[in-house]
Amino acid sequence: MDKTRRDFLILGTRLLVMTGATAAALEHVLNGAPEAATEYKKAEHWWAMIIDLEKCIGAGHCVRACKTENDVIDEPMFFRTWVERYHIDMEDPDHPIVDSPDGGINGFPEKYPDGSGKTFFVPKLCNHCEDSPCTQVCPVGATFQTDDGVVLIDKDYCVGCRYCIQACPYGCRYLDPRTHTADKCTLCYHRLTRGLIPACCEACPAGARQIADLKNPNDPAHEYLRTHKMQVLKPQMATRAKVFYNGLDGAVR
Amino acid sequence: MKPSFKDVEHLVRLAGLFLAGLLVFAVARAAYVPEDFGKFGHYRASAPADEAARVPVYAGRARCVECHEDIVQVAAPSRHNTLGCEGCHGALRQHADNPEVAVQKPDSRAGCMRCHSAKTGRPASFLNIDAEEHSGPDPCASCHKPHDPRAESGESNGQNAP
Amino acid sequence: MPGVDGFMYPNEIELQWSVLIVLYPFITGLVAGAFILASLERVFNVQAVRPTYRLALLTALAFLLVAPLPLQLHLGHPERSFEMLLTPHTTSAMAMFGFVYLWYLMVVLVVEIWLEYRKPLVMTARQSTGAKRLIYRALTLGSDNLSPASLLVDDRVGRVVTIIGIPSAFLLHGYVGFIFGSVKANPWWSTPMMPIVFLFSAIVSGIALVMLLYIAICSIRRVSLDIVCVDTVSKYLFYAFLVDFSLEMIDLMHRIYEADESFRALDFMVKTRLFTSQIVLQIVLGTVVPLGILAATQLVSFSSKARVRLYVTAGLLTLIGILAMRWNVVIGGQLFSKSFLGYTTYKVGFATREGLLPAILVMLLPFGILTVLLKLLPPWNDPEITIDEIPAVMMGPSGGAR
Repeated sequence: MDKTRRDFLILGTRLLVMTGATAAALEHVLNGAPEAATEYKKAEHWWAMIIDLEKCIGAGHCVRACKTENDVIDEPMFFRTWVERYHIDMEDPDHPIVDSPDGGINGFPEKYPDGSGKTFFVPKLCNHCEDSPCTQVCPVGATFQTDDGVVLIDKDYCVGCRYCIQACPYGCRYLDPRTHTADKCTLCYHRLTRGLIPACCEACPAGARQIADLKNPNDPAHEYLRTHKMQVLKPQMATRAKVFYNGLDGAVR
Repeated sequence: MKPSFKDVEHLVRLAGLFLAGLLVFAVARAAYVPEDFGKFGHYRASAPADEAARVPVYAGRARCVECHEDIVQVAAPSRHNTLGCEGCHGALRQHADNPEVAVQKPDSRAGCMRCHSAKTGRPASFLNIDAEEHSGPDPCASCHKPHDPRAESGESNGQNAP
Repeated sequence: MPGVDGFMYPNEIELQWSVLIVLYPFITGLVAGAFILASLERVFNVQAVRPTYRLALLTALAFLLVAPLPLQLHLGHPERSFEMLLTPHTTSAMAMFGFVYLWYLMVVLVVEIWLEYRKPLVMTARQSTGAKRLIYRALTLGSDNLSPASLLVDDRVGRVVTIIGIPSAFLLHGYVGFIFGSVKANPWWSTPMMPIVFLFSAIVSGIALVMLLYIAICSIRRVSLDIVCVDTVSKYLFYAFLVDFSLEMIDLMHRIYEADESFRALDFMVKTRLFTSQIVLQIVLGTVVPLGILAATQLVSFSSKARVRLYVTAGLLTLIGILAMRWNVVIGGQLFSKSFLGYTTYKVGFATREGLLPAILVMLLPFGILTVLLKLLPPWNDPEITIDEIPAVMMGPSGGAR
């Protein structure tokens, strides 16, 4: 088709989109904040996460974004997600050297300039286990798994006994000294229910973290899981963790 | 010989005390257990909704695209085209709700180097450089447009976009 | 990071369970152990230990009443703690323990003590006036019947309660062991031996405590102690200790032999951070030495005076050893990283909510309560029948001379 008609169509589409976008933006402005989508049905989703360790550059954007999004406490430094750096000296592979300066929130200062051995980054978070030991031990029912697969904490019900923190094999829980209750990654549940992706996935510059809805047949996660060799952390614990790692080295604890 | 009632009467009093205790327990249970407890599992049924009610701080790339299609076009041919805007610009929901709210421009050196400085452990597939060797003290924007940092697209003009 | 050696997951650097949580199994252990000693006479008819029977029950009660206190001081929201009873999560050992505790306190301990003391309570009520009379009348629940038939009922029911009480005591402290032993995430805790080891060390500590209290109280009251009783109690202490020691050795040898992924990290921790509390206090001073002393008293003849001194020494060392064991389990389980790559340090405060000061006060409180109980329910010198009461007692409530 000729140039003018094509231009008109593009301009028209842009105008339509922008009108729609403006209308939506206006609604947001009027309402002050996006409401939880009323059409979100828990039964239609089953959330998991895929982390591609071959892509992670240890930038720490995820840690920072999580802290901002979820108002995670800075002093003392606790984390809902953090990044660990592993360095393996090939002469002594049983003893990896691991560090996580401030959880990796400001990246990692160079420590292995000669490039010897094997160095890589591992982001960690709550694995939202299907057989989670933390929900098993909660004495009051303050932590639980939702029907869409996310393990949450009921801050108004938690008594702060810390049994769940002891029971988590991955060290992803902590006691928030402001609320005196347990706290941990929620997979940004307030974002998932609005059709948004978790803040860590949003912020990752390398695209290493991908939220996955295993009940959605169109989710690219299915194909990814089928074509890559995936591992979970501490599989011997049989927690049926739902954070799947591509390229997870056996040295990772 | 079976004991008479008078001889076990004290046990009945004891039992009465226990019954009273059980009654107190039952009343406490009815009064204090939240009504919606146990509906979906052993938790307060409204707890997930409480968590979902939290207001997001990050807007998400899709919302930025609603207004800034032009920047998307600029970034399209480069490897920055899949980046979330807020990874560099910080959380932007307030700006998305009210465009009057200013957007911070990341420092043109530290901001870029957080991802692009050469560090042991960073996969080779992700472009990284030694900043000193590459450009001395000059800011990255003196040669690269942040949204389209390919060498051939020229330097940043210092403005909002490109 | 100050106090951290090697690598720890960022969230596990600060310990979750403090010295108060060390005291909790120690206290409940004393309860279970004291009760088992009491049941020796009541159920197994070991008459020699009768002088300690009531003292053991009161000791158990005093300590059981204090047991929830360290937990309340530890909870982030103690005002919500009743949730554990109202909406207990049946898969949680901690939740179910709330009911085991209540069952044991109310159905076993309180009922048994009440049945044992009903007669002196009624007698004291009859013989007192004013406020004291009111208190004792309340304690008797208004009962005034002391006929031989009713006393026989008390004895029979009391025996049944004690019989039920033995597995209940096992459940009480076995459960505490299970709270730790069932945590698969923590290899220092996770073992099927945990409830059993906890239970037997509890029995040892409870018997030692009652033995020490009996000797101390006799000394305070300036009455001569029943040496046969003390000899018998220490003999049972010795037997219990042998079993406890064997069980702990089995656990240790198993760990060393199997040497699973956690072994090297745990071994290093024991040899460094836990050296004083585990090797010195728990094993040498707290187990080997008292076992040696008790063995010596079984094999060699000493004078009564010397024996009592040896028992006191052994008893005190035993209590230190069992307390050290609780410390090593609770604190030790949190000193190493679940990555097995690092260790942290426990900094215990003093005048903080979970510091040393509240811990000391929590340990002293049961002795204060016991003093009150001993005044209220003296284990000795039951009120004698007075001249005025003879017709009532002889007649019985049903009338007619007996």
